Amino acid sequence: MDILIEYLKVFITGGIICAIGQILIDKTKITPARILVVFLVMGVILYSIGLYQPLIDFGGAGATVPISGFGSNLAKGVIKEVDEIGFLGIFTGGVKAAAAGISSAIVFGFLASLFAKPTIK
Amino acid sequence: MKVGKQTIKLENTPKILQTSSMVGPKEKQGPLSIYFDLDTQDIFLGEKSFEKAESKMMETCINNLLNKASVKNEDIDYIFAGDLLNQCISSGYCMRNLGIPFFGLYGACSTFCESLTLASLFVNANYASKAIAATSSHFCSAERQFRMPLEHGNQKSPTAQCTVTASGSAIVVKKEDGIPGPYVTHVTPGKIIDYNVTDMTNMGAAMAPAAFNTIAMHLQDTGRTADYYDAIVTGDLGVLGSEILVDIFRKEGIELNGIHADCGALIYDHDKQDTHCGGSGCGCMASVFSGYFFEQLKTKKMNKILIVATGALMSTLSSQQGESIPGIAHAVAIENEV
Amino acid sequence: MNTNINMTNQEYSDYIDKKAKNSPILKDVALAFLVGGIICMIGQLITDLFMKFGVTKDDAGIITSIILIFLGAFLTSLNLYSKIGKFAGAGSIIPITGFSNSVVAPAIEYKTEGYILGLGANMFKIAGPVLVYGISSSVAVGLIYWLIKLFI
Repeated sequence: MDILIEYLKVFITGGIICAIGQILIDKTKITPARILVVFLVMGVILYSIGLYQPLIDFGGAGATVPISGFGSNLAKGVIKEVDEIGFLGIFTGGVKAAAAGISSAIVFGFLASLFAKPTIK
Repeated sequence: MKVGKQTIKLENTPKILQTSSMVGPKEKQGPLSIYFDLDTQDIFLGEKSFEKAESKMMETCINNLLNKASVKNEDIDYIFAGDLLNQCISSGYCMRNLGIPFFGLYGACSTFCESLTLASLFVNANYASKAIAATSSHFCSAERQFRMPLEHGNQKSPTAQCTVTASGSAIVVKKEDGIPGPYVTHVTPGKIIDYNVTDMTNMGAAMAPAAFNTIAMHLQDTGRTADYYDAIVTGDLGVLGSEILVDIFRKEGIELNGIHADCGALIYDHDKQDTHCGGSGCGCMASVFSGYFFEQLKTKKMNKILIVATGALMSTLSSQQGESIPGIAHAVAIENEV
Repeated sequence: MNTNINMTNQEYSDYIDKKAKNSPILKDVALAFLVGGIICMIGQLITDLFMKFGVTKDDAGIITSIILIFLGAFLTSLNLYSKIGKFAGAGSIIPITGFSNSVVAPAIEYKTEGYILGLGANMFKIAGPVLVYGISSSVAVGLIYWLIKLFI
């Protein structure tokens, strides 16, 4: 039973974040590229002022899988690194935390494009 | 001879000898399927890129035109052609193998009427005895130039139109006595009209005022009424743009319902094919005129039509700089009797 | 007769807004909620599975990101992600799989212009801004945090 409630929380948290994005797309004609940037920066800001961590505690992957979770990860990384190594952490923390995401997107993107051919939807 | 403010009357009434059309798979599934000469199920046409595919489609279409009209390349004096791609590369590369003096034109989706206008004027003025007008567009090459990569998962706005994969061409020759038409009788080149529409996903609304202006100027200059024509055919206003056009004319006391048709609205079955507001692109009017309307003129089901290709002359750069969409429309009157 | 429409730019813009069909927002939002929620649950499932096998929570998070990015890339290369995106909208754009899609889609498309200037230069055509503003804002956050720590 507990596990069902956990997954329901994940579903609702992730669902609501995406639904907000959809409302922005439909109502403001904001483009997908901008949506990604807006949500990412929101994630960075919300984490920094202490609002995103509670969302992750509540929704788990529902808050970390959306791009705003990627943003919170950047903020989390930079804060941790500044704590550990000081000034230089400002420049290393964020990208270190995002390294897995960026590297895998580049490598899988490169591999996928070797085999795939574009077609009509 | 110039009549009125913008219209030219072609005294020697050049004849449209023959047309040719070629479409892609989606257009072939549409309601006008049987009217197109050629089609391809392979969107690459065996080529390596969409740009090369579009070029090949245009070349295939023009070669088919030459065959149908039983004329050789060297008999053609000039060719007027254009497409949507930067620097008109589809047309330019297509002409490599044809060996015909070539004028490359850019009028966005209005290019077909622009090229037909110039071809007709050249023949009318005796500068050419045979001239070709041709245009093409390809969904995939246009999509990557103007919008998002094909594999990107996004939704289209309900007002968006879908660039058609098609090419159309027509050969204009001198009128000979005793041989029936159709003839080009008047042309009305249009002005840029811009009502500050900035939404790239709503081209119909951006172009409708231009279509209105050109049609109204044409009627004023020639002293004709709208119902003089069996059909007033716009290029790619789509469903929404067509409604706007009919609306604006109604406000002026002119009823276009029943006379007006739009190639972008005709080419697809919007509910089944998920094409939102319809087709667009240079190839839209070119293929629908060359396929459907030319047939109607030939079989005398229609005798007088006014074709009005509409274009939106923006680029992705101008759009990113916040510029609005400048609309244009060119009209060509085609009649069986002169 | 008038040869120009009898409206100002503003009147014409209002008229179009009234005339244009709106996006079916309820349906769009419901689908975005559903698909977005499902993708997140898949992410949770992957995390839970790895944690069950003794992987730490942080590592499980990283592994989840990598697997989801792989899935996004894989579905994109099969021409399936664009089909999902067509009906899911933001539901498939906002999850990390959508980030992957926006990297892979231009990579596939620009391959025709060569591996260096085509694929290589255009891979981050859509997702590039995400890195620019993500990394910049993280540096800003780091700087502010460092300054706060300095004075408090």
